[in-house]
Order: sequence, then C-alpha cells, then structure tokens
Amino acid sequence: MTTLSQAVRPGTAPDQPADAAEAPVRGLWRQGLVVFCENRLALVGLGLFVLLAGICFLGPLFYHTDQVHTDLTAVHLAPGEQGNPLGTDGVGYDQLGRLMLGGQTSIIVGLAAGILATALGTLWGAVAGFVGGWADSAMMRVVDAMMSIPSLFLFMLLAAIVTPSVSMLILIIGAFAWLGPARLVRGEALTLRSREYVQAMRAMGGTGGRAVRRHIVPNAIGTVIVNATFQVADAILYVAYLSFLGLGVPPPAANWGGMLSDGLADTYSGHWWLLYPPGIAIILIVLAFNFIGDGLRDAFEVRLRRR
Amino acid sequence: MSESTDPTVRHSSTAGQPAAAQPLLELRDLDTDIALRRGTVHALDGVNLEVMPGETLGVVGESGSGKTMTALSIMGLLPPGGRVSGGQILFEGRDLRSLPADEVRRIRGVRMGMVFQDPLTSLNPTMRIGVQVAEPLRVHERVGRAEARERAIEILRRVGMPRPDRIVDNYPHELSGGMRQRVAIAMALVCSPRLLIADEPTTALDVTTQRQILELIDDLREEFGMAVILVTHDLGVIAGRADRVAVMYAGRVVETAATEQLFRSPRHRYTEALMEALPESAIRESGEHSRLYSIPGLPPDLSRPMAGCRFAPRCRHVTDECRTTDVALSIGEHRHACLHPVPAAPATLPPRVRVEPAPEPADSTAGADQPAATPVLSVQALVKNYAAHGRGLLRRSAGQVSAVAGVSFEVGPGETFGLVGESGCGKSTVGRLAVGLERPTAGQILLDGTDIASLTGRERRRMHRQVQLMFQDSYAAMNPRMRVDAILAEPLEIQKVGDGAARRARIATLLDQVGLSRRVLERYPHEFSGGQLQRIGLARSLALQPRLIVGDEPVSALDVSIQAQVLNLMRDLQRELGLAYVFISHDLSVVDYMADRIGVMYLGKLVEVGPARDVVRAARHPYTQALIDAVPSITPNAATARDGVTIRGELPSALNPPTGCRFRTRCPLAQEICATEPPLAGNGHQVACHFPLRPESSKASARAGAAA
Repeated sequence: MTTLSQAVRPGTAPDQPADAAEAPVRGLWRQGLVVFCENRLALVGLGLFVLLAGICFLGPLFYHTDQVHTDLTAVHLAPGEQGNPLGTDGVGYDQLGRLMLGGQTSIIVGLAAGILATALGTLWGAVAGFVGGWADSAMMRVVDAMMSIPSLFLFMLLAAIVTPSVSMLILIIGAFAWLGPARLVRGEALTLRSREYVQAMRAMGGTGGRAVRRHIVPNAIGTVIVNATFQVADAILYVAYLSFLGLGVPPPAANWGGMLSDGLADTYSGHWWLLYPPGIAIILIVLAFNFIGDGLRDAFEVRLRRR
Repeated sequence: MSESTDPTVRHSSTAGQPAAAQPLLELRDLDTDIALRRGTVHALDGVNLEVMPGETLGVVGESGSGKTMTALSIMGLLPPGGRVSGGQILFEGRDLRSLPADEVRRIRGVRMGMVFQDPLTSLNPTMRIGVQVAEPLRVHERVGRAEARERAIEILRRVGMPRPDRIVDNYPHELSGGMRQRVAIAMALVCSPRLLIADEPTTALDVTTQRQILELIDDLREEFGMAVILVTHDLGVIAGRADRVAVMYAGRVVETAATEQLFRSPRHRYTEALMEALPESAIRESGEHSRLYSIPGLPPDLSRPMAGCRFAPRCRHVTDECRTTDVALSIGEHRHACLHPVPAAPATLPPRVRVEPAPEPADSTAGADQPAATPVLSVQALVKNYAAHGRGLLRRSAGQVSAVAGVSFEVGPGETFGLVGESGCGKSTVGRLAVGLERPTAGQILLDGTDIASLTGRERRRMHRQVQLMFQDSYAAMNPRMRVDAILAEPLEIQKVGDGAARRARIATLLDQVGLSRRVLERYPHEFSGGQLQRIGLARSLALQPRLIVGDEPVSALDVSIQAQVLNLMRDLQRELGLAYVFISHDLSVVDYMADRIGVMYLGKLVEVGPARDVVRAARHPYTQALIDAVPSITPNAATARDGVTIRGELPSALNPPTGCRFRTRCPLAQEICATEPPLAGNGHQVACHFPLRPESSKASARAGAAA
C-alpha cells in the first residue's frame, strides 16, 4: 500500500492487505474437508472402515466358502490347514469366510441402527427443544424414564420375546439408542433458539418456521452428524453384546459378537484363531468410527472458529 | 543498569530496602512466540520495560498489541503453544529465565501477584472464598488451616470487603462482580507481593465499581509499598492512576513517558492518533461535536514478517523511510520509537484542558425542533417485569424482577437519543421492547404514532421495517453458516421486498453505504474483524430503510480506533438517510459524543432526561453526577480535581427494588422524603429527584419554551 486513500469511510476491506478479502474464497464444506483431511487419525479411520467394509462385502465374491452346511470332518482346523487361511470353527465353517459374513451383519445392523437412533432422537429432541414449555418437560421425562432402566436388561427382555433377526436387531437397538441423541439435540435446539442471530431475525419480523429452517437446523446438523458416527460405533458394540449374550442372529447367519462368544468357549483349547480375529475386527471398526467422528467434529467446529 | 550482584545477596537485601536506582522488574528485549495450528504468532518482539519499586506503570494498547502477553510472560502463564523465546525478565536483578524452576515458582507465587479481567472465571466456583484467598499461603508458606483462615479474613478486610468473617465461608457466585474482583485482589495480595500485575482489572465492571476498584488498588499500593503494572485498553484509566505509561502496538513498546508528559504531549504518531480517536477529544477540542479522527485499517498480522515501523501502514505521516527502517526506542525520560514524532510541546504550555462549551451552542439540530414533528418512537409509562420462578416441578413464583418500571421518552425524526446506565439498569430491555422483541407488561410503545401492541399479522411484520436493532457483538448476531450475501438478503426476504435482482442491487447499495467492497459477499462472518462485522451488522439494519435504529452497545466491543470508524459511519448515515437512533451504552463519553438528548437510567427508572450537553455538563441528578465523575478521563488528575458525588456499594437487586427513589440506598443526599417517589420534573431538562443538584439552567428551559 502506498497511499492512504482518505475516503469517507476508511478501514474498509481494500485498505487491508492482511485482510480476509485477499484470501481465496472457500465454501464452508470445502474448509471442513480440508480440516478433516488434516486430521491423520480421521483419515486412518476412514481408510480402516473402507478396508473392512470392502473385505466383508466384496471379499466373498473372490473367496468362496460354504457358510451354510456344517462339515464335522473339518472342525477346529488350525490356520493354513486344508486351504483354510484362518482355520475352521467348531462346526467346520471356514473362519475367514465367516468373518466376512459376520462383518456384513455387524456393519449393516450398526449403520442402520445408528442412523435410525439418530433420526428418531433428532426429531424428538428438536421438537422438545424448540417447542419448549410443557411439551419439553413431558417429552424429556419420557427420555429420562427410559434412560433410568438399564438397557442391557431391556435388550434381554425384548430378545426373549421376539425372534432375533437382522431387522429385529436394528429395531431393538434403534429403539433404545435414540435417547442419547434426543438429549443432545434438545440441548442444542434450546441454545440455538436463544442465539442472537435468531433474535435478530425476529427483530426483522421473521417467524418461528424460518428460525427452524434457516438457523436452527443448519447449525445443529454438524452436531447430529458427528453424533451419528458415534451412534454407529455404539450400535456395532450393542450387536456384539447381544450376540455375546446369545441374543444375536441365529445360525447359519453370523456376526462378530456371536463369533467372539463362540470363540470364548475355546479359550483354553488353544484355538486362538476363533477368538482374536472377531475381537480385533470389532475393535478396529469401532475405532474407525470413533476416529471419523472426532475428525468430523473438528471439521465442523474449526471451520467456524473466529480468526 | 549495573550488573546485579550475587543473586542470594540481592534477594536478602531487597527484602529490606531496595536500592533506589534498581528497577524492581526489567524486561530486556523480550520475545514471546505463540505456536498456532498454522504458523507462529510473534506476540512480543523486543519489549523493553522497567518498573521501579512502588510505582504504577500503565501498559496501554489495543487488542492484539501484546499488553496481556507481556503480563502473562512475566507471570509464566502463557497459553498453550506460547513461550518466551528471547530476552530477559529481570526481577530484582535476577533473570527469571535462567533461574531454577523451583526458585522461579516461588518468586512468581510470593513476590508477584496477578489480577485478571474476569473475576468470575478467575475464581474457582467450588471453593469457599476463604480457602481460595489463603491458597497461596498454604502452598508457599505452609501455613496451618486456622492461621490461613485468620489471614484470609485480615486481607479481605484490607481490600474493603464488608463483613469479611462471614464472606470467607461464601462461594464466588454469591458475590457481585465488584466484590469478586476484591476477592481476586485479596488473593493476589495475600503473600504481600512486591509487584501486582492487574490485567484489565475493571473492564468487566461498571464505571462506579471501576472507580472503587481503581482507588482500592491505589490505596493498597501505598499501604503495601508495592509496584503495580496496570494493563488496560482504556487511556482514561491509565491517565488517572499511573505514574508512567508504556504504549504498545503490534507486540512492541512504541512510547514510554511519565503519565502527565505523555498525555500532555504524546510523541509517537500512534499515541497521538489513539488520543484523537477518543470521543472525549472530539468534544473537548472544539466544544462542538466534530468528526472523530479514525485510524484507517487494522493492526498488522503478527504471524507475518514485518519490516520498519509497524504503524506505518496506518500512519498519516508515513514516509518511505518508515517502511524500511527498524526504529528503536529513543533514549531519555520520554522515549518513543517514531521517525517523525509529534513536535514536543514546550514545558510552559498549559496542559490542554476541557474547553467549556460555547455559551450558547448555535445549534438548531433535529433535537431542538423535535416537538414539532410526530416522534418516531414514543415510549409511555413502559413497564416490564420478569417472573422470577424457582426451579422445580411446581415452578412457584419467587417474585418479580422489575426490569423497567415506568419509563417514558420520545425520539424525534433524525434525532439520537442516548440511554446510559450501569449493567442491570434495564436499558437493554427498553431497547428490546422498542424493537418488538419482547412485549411490555404495561405501558405503550408508539412507532410513528401507532401502538405496536395493537398490530397483528401482516401489519406487525411491516412494523419491523420501521425499527431495527444493532447488536453489541455482531458476530453472535449473524448465523455463522450463512454467507454475507445471505445475511444481508434475509431482512428483504422476510419482508418480501423486491425480487432477486432488486435485492442484489439493494445489497450492493448497502455495501457502498457502509464502505465495504463487494468481495465480502462470498465470505462468512468468522472471516471478518470486529469493526467490519459491525459494518455488516449496520448494513443489515439499514436494509429495510428503517426510520429508527436501536443500537445496543454497538461499539462497546471495539477498540478505540475501530470504534471511531463505526461512530463516524453511524453519524454519516444519520445525516444521509435521516435516521433516528436510540443509542444504548454504558459509556458516557460515547453517548455524549453521539446523542442529541440523553436519558439516564437507574434500576429500571429514568432518573434524568435532557439535552446531551446539559445532562453531561450540568447534571441535576446525584446519580448522573456520580456516573460522570466515575468515568475516567484522559485529562490527567482530572479525577482528583473533581468535587462531585461519590457513590459506594452496589446496585440493589431488581427483585426487590427500594421503594420511592430507587437510588436513595446509595445516595449521599438521601433524606426521609426520598422514600416517596419523585416525579420526573422539568421542562427541557427533566430530573426525578427531590434534591436536584442544580436548578434547570435558564438556557435549557428557554430553549424548551421557545420550541414549544
């Protein structure tokens, strides 16, 4: 800058070389993506998820195994024996093939239940938080009441009543996991409702509908998405718990939690290949979702941080 | 500076009487870096400072100047990623950077004390006051529990805490802001430090409380014989209190001098510009409201390498030399780092004094002929109570908070009505009621003669075109996920004004009006600085071409130089568009500069209303006078010369306000009759007081009479 233009209103953007106006214009999503990609762990998590999902869903296309008929002539084969890279289990299923099949169930149930829980919870919480007053009190007491009952107990009760199947698992887990997001979104709606930009909009003559559409939903969406990833991780763990308790999908279908439960019976027989692979798979996929969630949280928060 | 002797010897000797020439604290070429996600911010670059024993050093600068970083570097409290990367911190002759960590910790804990800006966050909410105050004793002197409590009570008594033996068992949330700051000061003083660092100690407090706290620090300094570093952005606070002043800009000390000398004759061009940007100066020099000098642009980005004088890009007197030559502080008593300094004023020149207003202001401003036209806004007997209910299922009502209790005033077309008062006086509530954000409990709000309570549906929506709100923090008032074009278009969309093309054209006009380039349209609010955001906020308020803008502390969050830009802009727009403003602020000097008429609020009531000049120069209500006296002025020692009213104590609770005159519990003139409510009486300059300080000036009544 050479001369200071003594314009009527100095201090404007063109006066400022170090100003925001010089930086390239980038959309919020773009900025968020950059922050997400800067987070190594988030990328590792994303890679891990793609890898695991790829193996589970695409693997069977290249690696054919019979996961329906038991073969009692080939039980507890150690890894490598008779062309089973990870050995076989107690009824002769190939362990690697079973891991893929079980992974499909775990991932499908986890994703579906996580999304179901998030959707339900978001709707419930948003209504309670935005409407407020009596509706809020009543709706939140329902959540409190359900939260006060240990979920494991309810799962066992329900699983004893209904026949476990994949869709049933999704419904059961979804029906109890929505409480967390409901509370979260309600809190978010309560604070967003009283933000000054919502007041500014009201001072322009805007209505409640506009506040929800233009201000509350767009600002709550980040929280919801981040929470959804954690919900998916939780749902995968729930499937594992339930299956571990014998309430999972019945054979010949499989999932990682059930495999882990079966493998536990063989802990002292030295059949490690029945225990470690499903256990490690569960840990990896839950970690992957948690890393992704953390990365998303950074992406949603950092890009809005004031300079 | 003589080389220090053996550290241990020096330490024992300073416990008695330090040598006169030995500075208590000396910073030599101090560099502090803060590592951020991207790059490093060089927060301090070669800072040189000295503090003599027993003196008060004022460190003044705008945000980002490094004044707080200097304090934090001395105390070793830098934020994560921050570190002192060069230079020396000599305390009593010993360099804190080279001493063993244990020793440094003891020095910082016992011989230095620090008071922070926000007394609420600097106190632990889960600890009792007594335990908290005595914590340094327990840590550094290993004092027993009972003795610690005794000493906590003692120190609380010395900082002027009422009933210290009871307060020690309270928790921080049970105290008011001013009381909390006293506790924080007690905590800093409990080990009898040689040096007290106060970082913006009164910025979060009201002016009357601010005055009490500043006086307390002054008294304690003498009593304890300690040195004080007073860090603040407020030149007025420094002018009244400090012995010497250091002005900081962009991580460097640009000027240091004795307070009186600096304010009488600033040498550095930055200091000069800063003083001219104060609303106080604009009024003082001409007696008439002149345009504020505003420093163009923004402070530099400290993460980039810089050459030459750092103020050069914003300086009026810049030459090529300034941009290339690194300027060091000059030598002597009055040191400055400027190649083209302001010529030194001769010592014989009398200090610039407050020029009394011209006998008869030759104004026929909008304010004077106001009664002729229909007022834009007319507020009549406005009452707003909030139900204060206890928590729990039954929500039993626990009484009512009387936020606004019968306020009436009018704002004419093109007029600025200033509303002043301390926090909690209800001034913001009046603003929110006026723009229709809340509904009054009783009373009327007339916009252009129409009662807004009578409007419904479409008409009510259209009403919002007439009056708009301007917020203190424009960042909070903008949806962070909307681009500026969407933000500016929103009022037009809500009011269904024009089509897409018309709206874009309107937005372009608005940007021109507030002096922003078109490029801002594609950006998000977080990409802008405070002053730019305030411009965008103003543009949004103007979008619907309102007749009245209610500004709720519109410049309180801004630095002095940026504040001047925004105030000038608001005045320009007023002239161009014939806007009326309700200007709400706690800062009397800003309101004095902006307003045609001023209303002073105390605890929900208007205690004085009148032409700005009369209210500020010839206040009639004791509260107004106390408020005026409490405002720090850059005229040095003006505070001591004042003969006005001093009030003590704190604002009573609005949950159970005093009967009659609400100010009587703190008023030095209060008598029995004050238990009955005084009416707002007078012609042009009204006051609600049984014992007004002075009769209404003949000028004011004459003017009011002529206008009627």
